[in-house]
Amino acid sequence: MKTNDIILQTTTKVVVFIIILFSIFIFFKGHYTPGGGFVGGLLTSGAIVLLLLAFDMKTVAEILPINYIYMTATGLLFAVGTAAGALFFNVPFLTHAFGDVYLPILGKTSLHTATIFDLGVFLVVVGVTMTIIQTIGGDE
Amino acid sequence: MIETVVLIAIFAISVAILALLYRVIKGPSIPDRVVALDAIGINLIAIVALTSILLKTDAFLVIILLLGILSFIGTVAFSKYLEKGVIFDHDRDN
Repeated sequence: MKTNDIILQTTTKVVVFIIILFSIFIFFKGHYTPGGGFVGGLLTSGAIVLLLLAFDMKTVAEILPINYIYMTATGLLFAVGTAAGALFFNVPFLTHAFGDVYLPILGKTSLHTATIFDLGVFLVVVGVTMTIIQTIGGDE
Repeated sequence: MIETVVLIAIFAISVAILALLYRVIKGPSIPDRVVALDAIGINLIAIVALTSILLKTDAFLVIILLLGILSFIGTVAFSKYLEKGVIFDHDRDN
């Protein structure tokens, strides 16, 4: 039987971008308000799950050619690298640095290395969630 | 004044959630339960919004969009399981 998913697929094409934008927003607002890498990563994997629901696993692997195990490893490397980078400046492990930087368009921006640690958390959460879902969710 | 109105609204939505819970428990078929769970999710969004009015904070406003997204994805997954028997198909037929 040939099923017709045109409404679900068209809705997904619009909604996925909203979900991914919202997850990026949650990721960057985590320092001052509720949010952060964990919830942002879960929302991003929610967007990919919606793509998997509306389309099939082969199409999603074509449009997002990501090996999620490598993604988890990259996230762990970011976290450990941010933590170990403090050792080069003669301060204890996991000491973070911050400062105000004048960027061309954004103006005075306060940057913090905890964001890179949070990016590691984000990548690990997306990688682990998608590995679990792709491993147990396939129908063969 | 506004607190009384918000409390009355929260009470009304709680009664609605209880009625939907009756449909979840008693519902004759599975789609009845799925639709009732979806409506419970929407009512939870309303309760979160009213609670954030009551507590005079905007820290819960993210939860509203989050609950909407999660409720949508959950309902889509459930209905695809009911229709096809699988949630993620490996290769589409057409």
